[in-house]
Order: sequence, then structure tokens, then C-alpha cells
Amino acid sequence: MIRLDNLTKAFATPAGPVVAADRVSMDVADGEICVLLGPSGCGKTTTLKMINRLIEPTSGKIYIDGKDTDDYDPVELRRTIGYVIQQIGLFPNMTVEQNICVVPKLLGWDHEKAKRRARELLETINLDPALFLARYPKELSGGQQQRVGVARALAADPPVLLMDEPFGAIDPINREVIQDEFLKMHRRLKKTVMFVSHDIDEAVKMADKVAIFRAGKLEQFASPDQILAHPANTFIADFVGSDRTLKRLRLVRVGDALEPRAPTVVASDPLERVRELMHEHGQKIMVVVDALGRPQGYLDRDVVANLSGSAAEHRASLPATVRVEDDLRTAVSRMFMHDVRWMACIDRDGVFTGFVSQRGITRLLGETYRASGGAH
Amino acid sequence: MAVRSVMSGRWRAAIALAVAFFLGVVAQRGGLIDQIGKYRGDIVFLSRQHLELVAISGGLAIVVGVPLGLWLSRSSMRRYAETIMQVLNLGSTIPTLAVLALAMSLLGIGVVPAIFGLWVASLLPIVRNTYAGMLGVPAHYVEAATGMGMRPLQILSGVELPNALYVTFAGIRTALAIFVGTAPLAFLIGGGGLGELIFTGIDLNEPGMMLAGAIPTALLAVLVDFAVGALAYWVVPRGVNPLR
Repeated sequence: MIRLDNLTKAFATPAGPVVAADRVSMDVADGEICVLLGPSGCGKTTTLKMINRLIEPTSGKIYIDGKDTDDYDPVELRRTIGYVIQQIGLFPNMTVEQNICVVPKLLGWDHEKAKRRARELLETINLDPALFLARYPKELSGGQQQRVGVARALAADPPVLLMDEPFGAIDPINREVIQDEFLKMHRRLKKTVMFVSHDIDEAVKMADKVAIFRAGKLEQFASPDQILAHPANTFIADFVGSDRTLKRLRLVRVGDALEPRAPTVVASDPLERVRELMHEHGQKIMVVVDALGRPQGYLDRDVVANLSGSAAEHRASLPATVRVEDDLRTAVSRMFMHDVRWMACIDRDGVFTGFVSQRGITRLLGETYRASGGAH
Repeated sequence: MAVRSVMSGRWRAAIALAVAFFLGVVAQRGGLIDQIGKYRGDIVFLSRQHLELVAISGGLAIVVGVPLGLWLSRSSMRRYAETIMQVLNLGSTIPTLAVLALAMSLLGIGVVPAIFGLWVASLLPIVRNTYAGMLGVPAHYVEAATGMGMRPLQILSGVELPNALYVTFAGIRTALAIFVGTAPLAFLIGGGGLGELIFTGIDLNEPGMMLAGAIPTALLAVLVDFAVGALAYWVVPRGVNPLR
């Protein structure tokens, strides 16, 4: 766990002291990603750099796993904290392997162990060790360099990772990919991550906790959903944007908005049976699935009311489906695209798992407003 | 385009060869080659002396110049760096002959003032290139290195210096070229070297003797330059070496 306790930094300038961080206090739990967010000059980078003492705090304390970091030699401390910067900073005179092995070497690992670790890390970031270990940074693309930068920070398996706008210099398409990869890796490695960003979308995507800064002060420290649904003041409301409710869609998986598992019919079922089931469960829509449970089409109560025959003869095809692990933004976007009010959801194997509907989504997003009694 | 430059390169080589051959024929006809041949013993002896001069003063200039450049590039020294380099610049601005004369008036006649004079004249390119190479290392490498827990000396030797090396080597190359080219002047203050043949040849109006000094000097300059170039090629790490 990382605890910042009244952390303050005042820089002396010819025009008098400038307070870059003003009594910042926060707790970040083990395995969480905390995004420090704010406009430039708000103190987020200063706060980050105080954690590995690249900037010495004027006052206040930093605890990592309950231990006061003032008790350590700053250089020794830094070796136990991973650090990634926006410019990546891979050393061009070293190969990928040498770059990754910098901290293990500083910690006195033996050569074989460090080399093994470098291999293992390259595999984690989806770069073939046989191809990449001996390459120089200039022989890598920007995205590959960024991945190696993260691998280098993870080399000695530090419990804490500091990242200063790590994906800021990558083009938008690759950024999404690398963010996804990082999240996947994070779910496995469970590092405590402090992450500086100025991009609210990145924060919403990556963060378990968001800390919003303005002029050195920590304005709000809460989960992304909390910040989007209940911004503490107008500055934060403006910063997260007027479309903040739409941004919340990103935070919820389709699986969480799924309506209770609806009954299904197979193609050979007669329509009488279909109508019976619809009546029994109060369903207006019935999905037709194949033997493996995969959706093949649907039947609408109003359409089949007076028809006879089998489900197969009258089923309409589904305009689109959405996967349970997609976020609601994808679901809503697809609904708008196909002009539908509901969609069938499938799991990884393509098996039908339930419906997601516009009404259901609206209700889910509205819960937090009703609970707090406010109308934001 | 590439084909054309290769062609013109070949043409140039062919023309140079033809000119050299022609000059050779003329020299042979005039008995010049025989004349030069007479000084074979002198050439070998003086070449060695010449190289010793270059090696000693060059070595000293590197041993002093590179650390000085590194020191000036430290953040605490940067505001004095330009001033100090202006002082060193005097060594390059004042004609080498004058420097040698001044050295002689201070240190007397012989090898020592010659070495000192050459050393003064070539310190600046080494210091300046080392300094410029160090300043050229982007600050974020140093930040990343510091953030990873490297100590200042480790950053200097492991990150800054290797990345500055290519530029530093350019300075050393320039300095050594100056050395070989100006070392003949050392003869004038009793420093020996191939200058002995050149200046004596001029004084006695003996072209053979003069050329016996001048041609080896030219060859040495080319050779030393080539050697330093090759050294830079292999010493500068591949990742920061634009030639590899």
C-alpha cells in the first residue's frame, strides 16, 4: 500500500516560493491503479516524483507498505520501485536485454538469472526473445519501445510501479492496444501502480482510483465512476467533460447490465410452445438457439401471435450481438448503429447468455444518482 | 543516383590514379624518387620520433581534455563552461607557430616545449566535443537512469559517456589531425620529427629532402585519421553509432 501523508513541495523561484503540491494525502491499496489526473502544472508529476524521491518533499511523509520511505537511501529505494517515463528513456547504447537487466544488475543478480528474467519479460509483453533481446532501441517501433520500457520497470519485480504519462507519446490506435495489454498484465501481476495522465478517457479506462489535482491541491480522490457520477465541484465537472455520463458506459461490462437469463427455444420448437413460454416468463422476445446454445435469431410476440409452424420458419435474424466482456459503450454504440433497443449477449464461446437493453442500461447508470438523492 | 555517385567515385579514383602515375613518371625522370630514397634511414627514424611526439602530446590532450569536458558538463559547472572554453580557445586561435615560440621561451629548447605547444593547440577540440557530446545526451535518459536507482557515477559511465562517445571521438579525430599536421613545426624549437627533413630541405633548396619529410607526414596524417576512425567505429556502441 502507498500512503501519502500531507505531502507538500514548495519550489523556490525568484518570484517567491511556488507550491507545486499542497498537503496531498491519499491511500492507494495493494494492486490498485491510481491515476493522478489534472491539467499541466497541477502538481501530479511532482507528486509522483516525490514517491521515488526524484523530488525531495518539503514536508509530509510517504509510506510504502507501512514503511516510511525517509528511512531508506533514495538510490536503494528507487531500485525497489519501477519507473516508466513518457519519453520511455531506453538507453540507446544498450540492447533490449541490457536495458531490462539494468536494475537486476544494480541489485547484484547473477548474469544467468537476469538473462532468464529478461527472456521471461519479453514473452510477457509479446515480443519474441530470440528476435528482440539483442536489438537496440533504435531498431524498435515506438510501441515496442514502450513495451520494453514497461518490461524494464518490472525487471526486478518491484511491488510498486510509477508511470509518468507512459502512453502519452504513442499514436491513438497503438495506445489503446498497449493500454489493453498493460491492463491484462496488471490483472496478473497485481502491482500497485501510480500513473500520471492528463487524459480523462485514459484515466477512466485504467484507474481503480482517480486523483484529480488542481494548482497543487488534491481536489477529489475516488473511483472513476464516483468521479464521473458525482464530481466534487464545478472544476472537476468541467474537467471530466459534459459527456461524463457517457464516459461511465466504459466502466460497466455488458455482463453487469445483463437482464436475468431469459429462456430460449430451439429451431424445431413449435410456435405454440414459444407463445406459452413467452406468456409464462412475461417475455416479449424469445431468442432461438442452436444445439450449442448459440443464438440463431429471435421471435417477437406481436409477430408470432397468430402464426403457426416452428420457430425456425418465423425467426427473424439478430441485427447484432454483443459479448459479455465488452463495455457498455460498445453495446450502446452498436444499438445506435443498428437502431435497436435491445441486444442478445453471448459469452466467449458464442453461447447466448441474456439481453442487454437501453432501459436496463439507463436504470443501472441512474442507480447511483437515486442512491445519493441528488440530480446531477 | 547511387549508381551515378559510384560511377563518379570510380572516375575520380581513376583520374587520381592517372595523375599519381604521371607525377610518378615525372619524379622518376627527374631522379626525385632516387633522391627521396637516399633518406630512407632518416625517414624511418624521424617518423618514429614524429609519431612519438603525436602519441605523447595527443595522449596527454585526451587524458586531460576528456575528463575536463566531462567535468564541465556537470550541472554545477555548466555556467562556467563557456568561459573556460573561451580560455582554451586561445590555444587554437593563436597560430601554432606562435604557441610553440611562446612554449620555447618558457620551457627552453627541446621535446618538452614541443609537446606542450602541441598539447595546448589541440586541447580545445577535445574538450569542446566531449562537452557538446555530453550536453547532447537527452535529459530523460538521465532521469530514467536516476529513477531506476543508478548512482551518479554509474549514470556517467553507463549512460552519458557511451551516448556522448561518438561526438567525443569526432573531437579526438580533429585534434589528432591537427597534431600530425602541425608536428613538423616542432622541429623549429628542437622537437625533432619529420619537420627536420621538410625545413632543412626547404633551406637547402633540395626538393628530394623536403618531399622525404612531406610525403610521410601526409601519409601519417591519413593513417592516423583512418586509425581513429576505425577505433571509433568499433568502440562506440552499435546502438548509438550511426555508422553501424
